[in-house]
Amino acid sequence: MFGDYSIGDLGSIFVMQGFAGLILFSVYVLMALGLAIIFGQMGVINMAHGEFMILGAYVTWMTSNFFQSYLPGLFSGYFFLAMILAFIASGALGMLVEWVLIRHLYKRPLDTLLATWGLSLMLQQAYRSVFGAREVGVELPQWMLGSLHVTDSIEVPINGVFVMCLTVLITISVAYVMYKSRWGRQVRAVVQNRIMAGAVGINTEKVDRYTFGLGCGIAGVAGSAFTMIGSTGPTSGQLYIVDTFLVVVFGGAASLVGTIASAFSISQTQSTLEFFMSGSMAKVLTLLAVVGILMLRPQGLFALKVRK
Amino acid sequence: MTDNRFFNRSELIGILVLAVFLVVVLPLTLDVFRLNLVAKYLTYAFVALGLVICWGYGGILSLGQGVFFGLGGYCMAMFLKLEASSVENTKIQSTPGIPDFMDWNQITALPLFWKPFNSLTFTIAAIILVPGIFALIIGTAMFKRRVGGTYFAIITQAVAAILTILIVGQQGYTGGINGMTDLRTLKGWDIRPDHAKVVLYFFEVGCLFVCIMIAQFIRHSKLGRILVAMREKEDRVRFSGYSVANFKIFAFCIAAVFAAIGGAMFALNVGFMSPSFVGIVPSIEMVIYTAVGGRLSILGAIYGTLLVNFAKTSLSETFPELWLFGLGGLFIAVVLAFPNGLAGIWADYVQPRIDRLIPSRKSKPEGWTDSSVANGAPAE
Repeated sequence: MFGDYSIGDLGSIFVMQGFAGLILFSVYVLMALGLAIIFGQMGVINMAHGEFMILGAYVTWMTSNFFQSYLPGLFSGYFFLAMILAFIASGALGMLVEWVLIRHLYKRPLDTLLATWGLSLMLQQAYRSVFGAREVGVELPQWMLGSLHVTDSIEVPINGVFVMCLTVLITISVAYVMYKSRWGRQVRAVVQNRIMAGAVGINTEKVDRYTFGLGCGIAGVAGSAFTMIGSTGPTSGQLYIVDTFLVVVFGGAASLVGTIASAFSISQTQSTLEFFMSGSMAKVLTLLAVVGILMLRPQGLFALKVRK
Repeated sequence: MTDNRFFNRSELIGILVLAVFLVVVLPLTLDVFRLNLVAKYLTYAFVALGLVICWGYGGILSLGQGVFFGLGGYCMAMFLKLEASSVENTKIQSTPGIPDFMDWNQITALPLFWKPFNSLTFTIAAIILVPGIFALIIGTAMFKRRVGGTYFAIITQAVAAILTILIVGQQGYTGGINGMTDLRTLKGWDIRPDHAKVVLYFFEVGCLFVCIMIAQFIRHSKLGRILVAMREKEDRVRFSGYSVANFKIFAFCIAAVFAAIGGAMFALNVGFMSPSFVGIVPSIEMVIYTAVGGRLSILGAIYGTLLVNFAKTSLSETFPELWLFGLGGLFIAVVLAFPNGLAGIWADYVQPRIDRLIPSRKSKPEGWTDSSVANGAPAE
């Protein structure tokens, strides 16, 4: 299958596919970060995570429309405000959901799966009723269009570079919040031993609510970034949810490094294979490999050693 | 015969009521079109029944039952499709004698894995064995390594996703997104006219009762009690010397085989099979049938399946927008308020009143009943 290409061509192909893989990687990481916090730290399977992401995407779309009609002068910078709004909207909805639904189900993880699936169906229908069934795309500001010429045969799109920088930034801030801040320490304490954490004066219910809210908020930011590279429809979130869960499980739940490593390997495998075979077979092979490895090593790539 | 190894007295009454309902009441009151719809719903009841054993008793939530439903359905559909693609029927194709979708995809010879499906005996064996062995492989890989709970659910879900993508992608071998349509005859017997649909309905109900009896037997045997014990305190069962993994694998395989029988019935009764019954969404919907009926109740699962599907058909016909809200709400309500579903409501509210109305009846039969499990059950 390599016969028809010269070495230089092959190099360019790998770079270009690698770059396409990096964009996929960014989406996976952004979605998986929120999920890793919720699933890894709290043990809650949030099947509605994709819908929280789509909420962020719709918020971004509305903000872009608002800027276009009322503040065209500031349009080039609308994205930064949209991202903050997306975080707030998804985070607030997440905290509400935690309060109404999830907190009753912490002892029954399989039931949270069913309940959040129900929630995701309702949210999808709500989006369809409010925003219509057609996919919407945001208008990108001028500076994000076009691409950078690296060499003659290699071009990288600017919006892709932007999304990647954003991913790095968000990952670093999440890592900082979880591992360096006082609040992150409280979250990790609650995860390791809920009763003892309560005994030393941590309000565990509040920590739970904010953790869930943070996870959903990051999903909202992921949705916001997602609008830069694709269009948004009511069911777009569902397309990614299984992949994202696999990313989190493959990386070893509760490990941020693992999540990033597994997102990287899965997305790179998929986009490299995509060049040589049909997209569906590339996906099948990638998922099969992941499931196969998980059967051999169920704890994932980077397992946290915790006494159960 | 009130207390044998299949059922106690109240269960016997329940099974008889269901039998009268399915065999006498529905065929007499519904026209053939509606009866065929019921037949379609009942194919899901097989899956729900399997989930009662696997999820309700064993505590193993599989989100990939659509995989087994699909494998069984595709095995049956492959046989029917081959029969429908005889050389006379397909003489307008460039290669006569192969299924139409293969011809459209420039495939000129029957692929090797299709060939055995010319035989009905092989097909019936494959309907049971292919999903059974597949479940055995997944189950062995997962349970021997003590993977369970949420991880297992996610992995089965991924398997469902993989199989759907594979079926849709390999259009030439599987019929792609359209699935296998235009199934006509079974050993020369036309399955499409009205009287055939009625015969198939009764055949399906018969199979369903065989499966119910198997489920009842499992439940009343020592095996059923070990499953429940395992769900409640896995470690204690392991320390008592039982091989927990083997029991889990068995429960998962039984559920897979039931689902596959349901899938085969689907291909026969509905006349086509497509990947839209394999993927993640249908698999989770199948779980909700069991949850609505009551995850611990064998008969409840069947009523739950019928009820949810009736609601789905009538609601999505009249208010298509409301249906998803309704289904979503149902998920949440069942999980939050009624973890034991319809059967739980029956045992908590209706059964005591009936007992009061008939004072001569002894209150509860000795031993192990739905409600005695239900009281301590919902924890994972």
